Amino acid sequence: MPGTPHIEVSNLTMAYGDFVVQHDLNFVVQKGDIFIIMGGNGCGKTTLMRALVGLQKPAAGTVYYEGEDFWNVSANDQERLKRRFGVMFQGGALWSSLSLAENVALPLHEYTCLAQARIDEIVSFKLALVGLAGFEDFYPAELSGGMRKRAGLARAMALDPDILVVDEPSSGLDPLNARHLDDLIVELRDGLGTTIVVVTHELASILSIGSNSIYLDAETHTMIATGNPQQAAQTGDAKVRHFLSRGEL
Amino acid sequence: MIGTQTSDAYASDLQGWQLEKQLKGDQGLEIILAGRWCLDQALPSWEVLKTELGRNDLRHLYFRADHLAAWDTGLLAFLSGVLKFSAGHDIAVDCNGLPAGVQHLLNMASAGPEQNIDARRQSKAGMFSRIGVATIDFCRGFPEMLHFLGEVTLSMGRLLTGRAQFRRSDFWLEVEEVGPRALVIVTVISFLVGLILAYLGADQLRLVGAQIFIADLVAIGMVREVGALMTGIIIAGRTGAAFAAQLGTMQVNEEIDAFRTLGISAIDFLVLPRILALVLMVPLLTLYAAFVGMTAGLLVSYFIFDIGFFEYYTETLRALEIKHFMVGLSKGGVYGAMVAYAGCLRGMHCGRSAEAVGEAATSAVVTGILLITIMASLMTIIFYRLGI
Repeated sequence: MPGTPHIEVSNLTMAYGDFVVQHDLNFVVQKGDIFIIMGGNGCGKTTLMRALVGLQKPAAGTVYYEGEDFWNVSANDQERLKRRFGVMFQGGALWSSLSLAENVALPLHEYTCLAQARIDEIVSFKLALVGLAGFEDFYPAELSGGMRKRAGLARAMALDPDILVVDEPSSGLDPLNARHLDDLIVELRDGLGTTIVVVTHELASILSIGSNSIYLDAETHTMIATGNPQQAAQTGDAKVRHFLSRGEL
Repeated sequence: MIGTQTSDAYASDLQGWQLEKQLKGDQGLEIILAGRWCLDQALPSWEVLKTELGRNDLRHLYFRADHLAAWDTGLLAFLSGVLKFSAGHDIAVDCNGLPAGVQHLLNMASAGPEQNIDARRQSKAGMFSRIGVATIDFCRGFPEMLHFLGEVTLSMGRLLTGRAQFRRSDFWLEVEEVGPRALVIVTVISFLVGLILAYLGADQLRLVGAQIFIADLVAIGMVREVGALMTGIIIAGRTGAAFAAQLGTMQVNEEIDAFRTLGISAIDFLVLPRILALVLMVPLLTLYAAFVGMTAGLLVSYFIFDIGFFEYYTETLRALEIKHFMVGLSKGGVYGAMVAYAGCLRGMHCGRSAEAVGEAATSAVVTGILLITIMASLMTIIFYRLGI
């Protein structure tokens, strides 16, 4: 159902104590979007992501998931909403005492009634999707940073969430793996209809996969542009064009 | 079999998945998927098709999914199993009957960038091999401990010759952390231990009518032995674990590697100030603990056993000699060194995960208390032999 507002952010202000990171953010993520949150280092991309996924209460404003006000519903409803999104953290955030297979299987054990053998098949498939076929029995400490990151994506996808929020998916990956991950994000959207929110500053990813975006500015502490990143690169705000051309425009 | 078609169905309820098989042509099989293939229900294993797929004359596999209502990775995992089996049995698979999204994702799963993995799957080890591995690991621990002891000794040498690189401010921070901040817990525990000693002595000495000697028992016991022991154990739990967790987390964050690449000795910079701080502070805490313990003995004797305040005080002064203080202080110093050594050893040899940091902290406390007890016994015997 492309065109249905899926996530609506309304007057959102994020702050640490008195320090306002970002204020008055307003944007809509449509179902089936690959929505890019971009901006320079330290502009508050990850802080915004934490508000979107329910980890950090905004100082003001709120986030609506299909009309439900996430920050003003009961704790039970919050839990129900949270189950609709999967989150991939920057460093993977894998549970170090569990093997990769156990990391991906845990949400399946908790929230589905699938038999162990089915779960094993699904886990192997998800690991294969992120290019980690055969690594089921490895522990996070035995993997490289890029592999941990990809395993983190496999875990975020475990329950086939409606919304997948990924923080810096391709930073720290080699170009082939970064490309593979970008392709995977597009295929997940096309195949499963997943709405994907990507927090990134990787130009190649932004321009090749993004269908919509916002740009967070570190100086004015608010968003200064929204729209398709390729259009933004051509005709957007001067700061955004500067950013998207690596400072050449 | 030419022209014949058989049909078979494993269908769950209407909301659920449907699977049918149909022979197609001479050597072909068509799999018809319908209904919902989603993770929120119990899905079949691809092995329900194993008999058909295992047929010797099967060469072609087709799919049809006209009535597939919904799907997610539950379907993909099922199909992935079918495809793997087919690839291994020389069956040509035509995926065109599947939705485009399914085809793309299946391709992605098989086309990830190559990984060079040394297929070292960890098999579940039996009991005996686990005991063996644990024993070998345990024995490997000893050279590790000696090696670390050697490194610390070399570092001490550098300190004495003024060549050790560490920041004095780090040392004073550690001193504050292990000394003043431990006062409350040391006070509580030594007070209660003094109280226990007094009661214990009172009970036994009453038999011979010599309750005044409670003062001797508490004074000598606290100053020589118990003050240092209790302080050592408190510090092992409090500071030893903290050292291991701090250094272990630094190991996880590659901070210790960063010191090494800069040619700065991590032992000088991190371990030395910690050991020095404990060697300095634990004797002081021991002395403090002894006084608190004696105060508890005094209060118990005065209020419960009717021993006069000055009587107890003079008896305490009479019992205590300077050598008792020397013994207590030296034990405190040694225990402090043991705790710092165990904490830093476990922290510096920590693995690179959250679990490893937990293990390092646990092991630091266990090793610390073990070393304290061993040293306590050794020193008691030595002091006895020397007549101190």
